[in-house]
Amino acid sequence: MLQLKNMFKVSYKSIMKNRMRSLLTSLGIIIGVSAVIVMVGIGSGSQQRIEQEIASMGDNMIIVFPSFSQRGGVSRGAGSFNRMTMEDVEAIQKDATCLKYISAIVMSSGQVIANGKNWNTSIQGVDPDYQHIRMWKLKSGEFFTEKDIRARKKVAVIGQTVAENVFGNIDPVGQKIRIRNTPFKVIGVLEPKGQDGRGQDQDDIIYAPSTTVLTKLKGDRYINMINASATTLEDIPKAQEELADILRREHKIGYGKEDDFMVANQTSITEMASETSRIMTMLLGAVAAVSLIVGGIGIMNIMLVSVTERTREIGIRLSLGARSGDILTQFLLEAVVLSLTGGLIGIILSLAIAGILNTWTEIYTLINPLIAVLSFSFSGAVGIFFGFYPARKASVLNPIDALRYE
Amino acid sequence: MKSVIQINDIKKIYHIGEIDVHALRGVNLSVNEGEFISIMGPSGSGKSTLMNLIGCLDEPTSGKYELDGIDVSSLSKDEYADVRNQKIGFVFQGFNLLPRTTALENVELPLLYDRNHRIKDPIKAAKEALERVGLAERIDHVPSQLSGGQQQRVAIARALVNKPSIILADEPTGNLDTKTSIEIMSVFQELNDQGITILLVTHENDISYYTRRIVKLRDGRIIKDEKPQKIHIASKDLELVEEDI
Ligand SMILES: Nc1ncnc2c1ncn2[C@@H]1O[C@H](COP(=O)(O)OP(=O)(O)O)[C@@H](O)[C@H]1O
Ligand SMILES: [Mg+2]
Repeated sequence: MLQLKNMFKVSYKSIMKNRMRSLLTSLGIIIGVSAVIVMVGIGSGSQQRIEQEIASMGDNMIIVFPSFSQRGGVSRGAGSFNRMTMEDVEAIQKDATCLKYISAIVMSSGQVIANGKNWNTSIQGVDPDYQHIRMWKLKSGEFFTEKDIRARKKVAVIGQTVAENVFGNIDPVGQKIRIRNTPFKVIGVLEPKGQDGRGQDQDDIIYAPSTTVLTKLKGDRYINMINASATTLEDIPKAQEELADILRREHKIGYGKEDDFMVANQTSITEMASETSRIMTMLLGAVAAVSLIVGGIGIMNIMLVSVTERTREIGIRLSLGARSGDILTQFLLEAVVLSLTGGLIGIILSLAIAGILNTWTEIYTLINPLIAVLSFSFSGAVGIFFGFYPARKASVLNPIDALRYE
Repeated sequence: MKSVIQINDIKKIYHIGEIDVHALRGVNLSVNEGEFISIMGPSGSGKSTLMNLIGCLDEPTSGKYELDGIDVSSLSKDEYADVRNQKIGFVFQGFNLLPRTTALENVELPLLYDRNHRIKDPIKAAKEALERVGLAERIDHVPSQLSGGQQQRVAIARALVNKPSIILADEPTGNLDTKTSIEIMSVFQELNDQGITILLVTHENDISYYTRRIVKLRDGRIIKDEKPQKIHIASKDLELVEEDI
């Protein structure tokens, strides 16, 4: 082997003598590397946002959903699907020992009218504890109380978006608002929370007592969900067990029979959501990695053309005493230098793209240094792999034939 | 006199499909240090084939070839490359310089492959070689900025730079006009006067008169090996040519 320093000099010179060709050769790698980094960055960015959002949802939160119960593959039908009631919530309230807060959730949506304006929004019937579970703060007025629940009072706490769109500059507290034609009194306005991880406006909401929404708006018996907070983080599993036992008792589900509800906690939801976005990240990364391989094929293509174009140069070098190994090293180094340079430019480009996305768009990109290092090394490997064939072709040339090549 | 080249009964057969082309049919040649030889002969007589064998660019089909006392036929491919690098300086008809590469870098090229580091300071050696061929002023010019004669001088400097045992030139004046050809021959004569061994292929009698020994080939055999009737001095002829203009 010759001094590597000399070989680098040769490769560097020939790259610099063909700037345009070199740039075109590297272009595939530049695009590939920046695509991998940005794609994975977008994936991890959204994953982090989802995790943050779920963490901000509430402390030690436990969620109970009704679930499809399948017997012999056949659903028991819509009637038996939503089987959770206010009595379930009361039973839990009475018997559970490791819960801090609990709230039924009754979901509805529709038109609200006040101040001569109307607005479409979602209306949720909840209990007073819900304010603490979701850590809502009030901008003005107050949240409803146990008394309001028992009395099925027609009172409402509205989000910032609803307040702005319906009441404008007027203070909504004390005003009347018609929710699906039923008159309610606004008793509080929530501090704005802004968008959640999926870009949904969390402030476009009206909260009213669960009992009121259930009976006066929906005329229904069944609630949609139960949210609860365990007393401590360590109590979450125990609290889940308790909840399940109470519900099984209430629903008269015998031993070994399938539950008609599902108890999840914040961590399991976080895991589920981040699993989904991890799969998305991997998919994005895989697609981008393919483009990196395509970039490698681009290198091979242009290097092959370059070997043909430079046959005479190879002949000259051989006649001056280059061994075929020297020619192999030269062309291989050229491919590797080109792909590594492409990788480096790709990293810089991806940082720029991430900066632009984070500053100017809603997309949050989280650059992972490990992925940057990984795709940089991968681009080097691509250079070696796809540079080898053209380099080998160059090195086996016969000096006389190469010199005579026109 | 020290022998540089000793060739015994060298044959070279090219196989083209079914046909065998006998390019060399048993050539004997010995070259001593300090000689200046022209190899002549009609087209296809085997001149280039002989030069390629001597220059270790190609291997003979049979026969024995010693260069500087080394039996070249026993060497490996890499050793062949090393012999080219250490002992041979090539000058081609078509100059064969690297394009977009300065004269200095072109002349440095053989030293890049000098594994023994015989020459400690490549840049200094390259500059000296360019001075010897009268191109000290042009070291930063690329081939496209140089005339044919100047390009051939760069090629000669490149052949010189590794201090070879012999310089081989295959029709070095083939692409040049008469005056430039004489200039190039005067460079060769000067180098030969300094003791460098030169083997040169030409088909022009006028050129062969600047050398000290003429070997004539025909159909792959040496048919004549003689001293020229008269030896011309290129630098003097150059003065005459310049007076003519
Ligand atoms: N690579 C080759 N393959 C086949 N035949 C060749 C090759 N090189 C030379 N020859 C043949 O060998 C003979 C001698 O060629 P060459 O040495 O080039 O002659 P010269 O240089 O005297 O014109 C010619 O007949 C030529 O066609
Ligand atoms: Mg010839």
